[in-house]
Amino acid sequence: MNNLTIAPLLIPLVTGVILLFLGKRLILQKALSILSGMAIIATSIFLLMDVLENGIKTYQVGGWQPPFGIVLVADSLATLLVLFSSIIMVATTLFTFRGLDLERKNYYYYPLVQFLLTGVIGAFLTGDIFNLFVFFEVLLMSSYALIVLGGTKTQLRESLKYVLINVISSAFFVTAVAFLYSATGTLNMADLSARIAEINQPGLITVIALLFLIVFGMKAAIFPLFFWLPGAYSAPPPVISAIFAGLLTKVGIYAIYRVFTIIFYHHPDVTHYTIGILAAITMIVGAVGAIAYNDIHKILVYNVVAGVGFILLGLSAFNEDGLFGGMFYLLHDMLIKAALFLLAGAIVVITRTTKIGQASGIIKNYPLLGWTFLAAALSLAGVPPFSGFFGKLLLIQGGFAAEQYVFVAVLLVSSLLVLYSVMRIFFQVILGEEILPDVSRRGNVKGLVYPSIFLLFLSFLMGMGAEAVYPYVADATNTLLNPELYIDAVLKEE
Amino acid sequence: MRTNDVILKTVTQLVTFIIIIFSIYVFLSGHHHPGGGFIGGLMTAAAFVLIGLAFDIETVKKIIPIDFKLISATGMLIAVLTGIGSFVFDANFLSHTFDYFHLPLLGETELATAVLFDIGVYLVVIGITLTIIFTIGEDQ
Repeated sequence: MNNLTIAPLLIPLVTGVILLFLGKRLILQKALSILSGMAIIATSIFLLMDVLENGIKTYQVGGWQPPFGIVLVADSLATLLVLFSSIIMVATTLFTFRGLDLERKNYYYYPLVQFLLTGVIGAFLTGDIFNLFVFFEVLLMSSYALIVLGGTKTQLRESLKYVLINVISSAFFVTAVAFLYSATGTLNMADLSARIAEINQPGLITVIALLFLIVFGMKAAIFPLFFWLPGAYSAPPPVISAIFAGLLTKVGIYAIYRVFTIIFYHHPDVTHYTIGILAAITMIVGAVGAIAYNDIHKILVYNVVAGVGFILLGLSAFNEDGLFGGMFYLLHDMLIKAALFLLAGAIVVITRTTKIGQASGIIKNYPLLGWTFLAAALSLAGVPPFSGFFGKLLLIQGGFAAEQYVFVAVLLVSSLLVLYSVMRIFFQVILGEEILPDVSRRGNVKGLVYPSIFLLFLSFLMGMGAEAVYPYVADATNTLLNPELYIDAVLKEE
Repeated sequence: MRTNDVILKTVTQLVTFIIIIFSIYVFLSGHHHPGGGFIGGLMTAAAFVLIGLAFDIETVKKIIPIDFKLISATGMLIAVLTGIGSFVFDANFLSHTFDYFHLPLLGETELATAVLFDIGVYLVVIGITLTIIFTIGEDQ
């Protein structure tokens, strides 16, 4: 029964291995991928209920007591993120049925996605900082393969940069872990937290904390370290970009949240304020990039950067409203970024170009696609019936409570610019007079819109039923604010 | 056009067996001495690479008639299944155990379930190494 905690991690791993044997039998591959996604969704929902009822669940791999063995920790935050990652996996898999070429699907696309999901879920669930590194590598290796899959010239160029950047940041990660280990003598997060609290986080530990900020910031694409993202995320096909935008940067953000609330929380005036400044600049850069480009992919990619800034602002406020808003916005952002990238994929299938201005007037022949995009754009900007609203509202409240008025102003202005950037796509590509390639050259978008509608519907439910989502996110926030809950759950005597 | 490399081929035929036997020895002694699945797998793969160098890739493919990628996949499956196997005994994932058995010929021997996991690692390393080397080596 206890073994259910590790199930979300094992399901994609086993599925991925089985898919390797299936080679080019695509129907089986698709069926198993969907089945695995459903199974993870079911187990994580079950786990989530259990966590809310009975508190944080821990799982000792191999039966070794923490801090000596590796421990998996399922608190509300990790379980919610596992749930949302598997939802995105199912939606993108549905998109690939018609939205990905046969050649890519034949060359291990589905197993790679399963391994990517294994890495992502492992990174969410682990309670050991070196294990976190290993799961980061699992997801990065899969993402290297996914980004280069297909082997077009752009993909080769961008994957080279992407791999280089991530190898460097992984080396930084190992170095940071080595410093932390030599300073404290442990790798278990709960034990680290307890030991650092004992010595009240001296300057050395704060330096290590900032080193971790550099490492995770490079994965999450915060201000000075985001430069690799625009190229890397616009090179692969839209489905793969959607997976990346929905999952990869979010793992970095989750790691920043985890590390700076559980372990390094003693000097928020240094660490959290730095995060706040970086988050504010990230929002500005993302918003400016989003309005600067005339390319649909580039606009969305800079929106990903801006989103990272929004979420991290909650951590900088470091109070209940701020963290709650950050968590809520993180979940919303996963759904909406995946939906937007999938919609952009469908639009490009019709227009045959990513440039704004070369094609317009989709809505006449494809009304469903057009209105879905409008809904996605409104949700992204945070218009009330959708989920973006509550996240941003609480982020702003948190910012006011922490008296960070400048940051809040930046958040509001960049929200406006983000709305402008996506509405520009809506007005110039979807509305307007009809300039489209010949009917014969247009692709078929049947079935490409439904996965995004599914994601948007969930975003709508999250917005309308915020009351139902509230206890889970509040529980997650509670753990973030009270690290002793986490430590007690992990280090308790059996 | 290859030059006459009788010496290389003859030596390879001999040395390959020594390498493989040594790699299996290193693999099995991993629990108490330096060694284990990773280094054992690399050595076995090295023996096949030597055959590939002295003869050609076709010979290696004749010796191992299955896709190298499937060797890795099998190894991963074995490794994961040994982890899941502990669920049957109501233990946590990857729990291992060992016991002493009286085997014919070998006498009192310690058998550990960790070896099963190591067989997985061993196969993954062989499969990956051969896939990498012979994918690069093959003429398109």
